[in-house]
Amino acid sequence: MAGVIFFIAAIGAVAGAVGTVVLRNPFHSVLSLVCHLIFLAMLFLLLRAEFVAAAQVIVYAGAVMVLYVFVVGYIGGMEPGLAGKTGPGIRALSIVFALALFVELAIALIGSAVSALDTEGAPYQRPFGEPSEVGKQFLTTYLIAFEVASLLLLVAAVGAVILARRRAGLGEPRELEVRDLLSGSHLTQGEAEEGTLLEAGGPPHV
Amino acid sequence: MNITWYLVVSALIFSTGVGGVLTRRNPLVILLCLELMLNGANLSLVAFARAHGNMDGQIFALVVMVVAACEVAVGLGLIVAIFRRRLPIDVDELRELQG
Repeated sequence: MAGVIFFIAAIGAVAGAVGTVVLRNPFHSVLSLVCHLIFLAMLFLLLRAEFVAAAQVIVYAGAVMVLYVFVVGYIGGMEPGLAGKTGPGIRALSIVFALALFVELAIALIGSAVSALDTEGAPYQRPFGEPSEVGKQFLTTYLIAFEVASLLLLVAAVGAVILARRRAGLGEPRELEVRDLLSGSHLTQGEAEEGTLLEAGGPPHV
Repeated sequence: MNITWYLVVSALIFSTGVGGVLTRRNPLVILLCLELMLNGANLSLVAFARAHGNMDGQIFALVVMVVAACEVAVGLGLIVAIFRRRLPIDVDELRELQG
């Protein structure tokens, strides 16, 4: 039974990955990646990683992919898939490189003498993979990693807001810096009244 | 199922991602293919955690997911900034670091 589910999930995950690479429309690529992530969560469940599977579906397939969908909708598709104007020679070379990498990894896996690889894994004991165990590990052994990850998320969020912030038109690019944002300078103020949502949009385009 | 099967699937997903990064020219799709590579690595981490019966691999996978979310946020911010400056959204054209 587990074998059947494994093959369904594995085929789905690989098909989603291939679809992400070969589909012409970036929007379809994003949807294909969502499929891939859901099948990958099935594989995680088979490996008794319940919390990782739930986080994968909620955080990745939910939040991150919504971000992608919005950016693709904002920018729109413009590249014709694998049939772009890149020369066919370079494309064939890239595919050969990817295949060579897969063969190399497969040889390393099959030829390795790690005896645990040929088993179903260590015997399953109850708290393995459960949220309680993940929480305990994060707050005891991996506390520093946990704190650094939260700091990294904060820095990335602030950085993304500053990068994607609207600037004045092309003629007079008023560069915004973190200093301006912190000091509440007039550069960061829009022309709308304070306290409205328009204020967040910054100066309008010229 | 043997752990080797999971590792082979992970290698397949990783090399698909590598192929995508090498062949596609739209930075959005290249970010998606980077996600594929991270997911392939995540699958092997979780498989090794199962093989050894301790949680370290799963914790590592969760941290990788956090880092991937940060990478997506900054990458998409960069792409939106490029789009706002009316530059071509094509990695072959975006060869210079100067604005």
